[in-house]
Amino acid sequence: MSGQNEKLRAFILAEFLPGESPANLRDDTPLRTSGILDSLATLRVVSFVEEQFGIEVEAHEAGVENFDRIADISAFIDRKRAAKS
Amino acid sequence: MAAASANPHLAAILEASATRFPERTAVVSPDGSSVTYRQLNDQADRIAAFLVRRGVQPGDRVGILIPKSKESVIAIFGILKARAAYVPADYTAPAARLRSIFADCQLRAIFIYSGVLNVLTEASPEARPETIVALGCTAADARARGLDGAMDWETVLAEKGSVDTSASRSLDDLAFILYTSGSTGIPKGVMLSQRNATSLTAWASSVYQPTEDDRFSNHPPFHFDMSVQDLYPALQHGAALFIVSEDLGKDPRKLALFISENRLTIWYSTPSILTLLAEYGNLRKLSLDSLRIVGFAGESFPVKHLRKLVDLLPHPAYYNFYGPTETNVCTFARVPTPVPPDRTEPFPIGSACYHCTPLVLDANRNALTPGEEGLLYISGPSVSLGYWNRPQENAAAFLERDGRRWYNTGDVVREDPTEGFIYLGRRDRMVKRRGFRIELDDVQSGLYRHKGLREVAVIAVPDADSGVKIVAYLSAHAPDNKPSIIELKTFCNQELPAYMSPDVFIFLDALPRTSTDKVNFPALQAAFLEGK
Repeated sequence: MSGQNEKLRAFILAEFLPGESPANLRDDTPLRTSGILDSLATLRVVSFVEEQFGIEVEAHEAGVENFDRIADISAFIDRKRAAKS
Repeated sequence: MAAASANPHLAAILEASATRFPERTAVVSPDGSSVTYRQLNDQADRIAAFLVRRGVQPGDRVGILIPKSKESVIAIFGILKARAAYVPADYTAPAARLRSIFADCQLRAIFIYSGVLNVLTEASPEARPETIVALGCTAADARARGLDGAMDWETVLAEKGSVDTSASRSLDDLAFILYTSGSTGIPKGVMLSQRNATSLTAWASSVYQPTEDDRFSNHPPFHFDMSVQDLYPALQHGAALFIVSEDLGKDPRKLALFISENRLTIWYSTPSILTLLAEYGNLRKLSLDSLRIVGFAGESFPVKHLRKLVDLLPHPAYYNFYGPTETNVCTFARVPTPVPPDRTEPFPIGSACYHCTPLVLDANRNALTPGEEGLLYISGPSVSLGYWNRPQENAAAFLERDGRRWYNTGDVVREDPTEGFIYLGRRDRMVKRRGFRIELDDVQSGLYRHKGLREVAVIAVPDADSGVKIVAYLSAHAPDNKPSIIELKTFCNQELPAYMSPDVFIFLDALPRTSTDKVNFPALQAAFLEGK
């Protein structure tokens, strides 16, 4: 679970926050509502999540409710995986 | 010019279609609700009568700050029927930026969405428009929030009425003002007349050849000049206009489904959106065979992405349209399909539209011969009246020459004997991203409002994926306590439209300076490209 958060953090830092200290991107830092991720960036996160974690994200699932914080994304991945198995 | 003067006033376009196609669907809202041509015309009449009752005069500016919907279109035509000018604005933009726009053009009235009433409630009462019509809440709600005298949309529409301005309409009437990024940090308003919009409408109709069976997309927001080419040609020919909501427009999978399910025939958007559709839209699994024309504009379309799109959707005719807000589309080119396998350069912007005259001049305004690089100037009935209240910028951008008025696009081009005009770039600090114009100094002004920053220099560098990357070089007042990148992103989100937010923030102890103590932009550009 924490490995999952770290993978997400590393991806978001590298792609959208180059130069930021990892400590500043917390599990509960808002991503969408703060402007860190715009809609296009969110699409890239969705693709990353699909490829890395082997799940399929439906269009209606890619909103703020699941993709605003690393903790939310991670919980969403867990739910999708649990539903699959 | 003779052909242009025969074009009808924008309000007359709707009135003629309401007579010819009264029961056909005119506009479909994102929620699926729709209006026929008769309903659209009738409701626009009511809005016009209301505005006139409230004292709105010809030439007055009326703001539209609502999510894209059939109500936006009703408001637009209501305003035009009153011979006033509409000022559409992005309701998701920072409130302070919106207030500066509204103060600049001195709105007489506004249609405003309940979710952004703070744009007005946080302004001093004397800075608010006299007439406020709220959508999405009752007049009582809006008044309870401090907007004395506010009305609501339902009440306004319930009252029958019309005004007949047809005898006094003129193609010289100001039709709308579109605000774009300004280098001073305050957006500047491009004034578009009836002649400007109707000449474009006539030309676009000659390319699209629309009929009442067409189903147009309306993807660009109404504050973006591209929307003009959807709205008026569709409604002049009895076609149906499908409004794409702001949210749907950002979601390629839903968007592709929307095109397929509504069997759209004419699509027009930026290359960024078409790239997303090709990459993420699941196009292989959908039938989009209804599309007969796909147009794009606003930025260069990287050939690898265009090729992918054409491979997935081979049947429509593809057009590359080019033109700044000040002229709207002024050159165009049909893109060959399939895209030739050896093509790597972006396609040319092509030849001039029939209503536009091009001219290429050097920096000293000497005419150049075809094949030489220079600045593209455009003359003709679609050239803007100028910037609202900006005499200096007007003097710099518009030129009288040979008895004609020319707009300096600022774009460097070269004319090729077979391909037409080829876009080569710019010599100033304006860039385009996702079709939107960005003055880098506007981004800089926004960042300078952050109290922790001592120096700010914003540059743009080419990016293979997105076309352009915006990079902010910064120094802090307190180097040991400089703002985090997350804090700066969040700050930009509050100060600037989303498309203007830098992609990269880099702190230096001090910015490099030239011998005359100006920020050394070329050095920053070179440093970034060398990966320093």
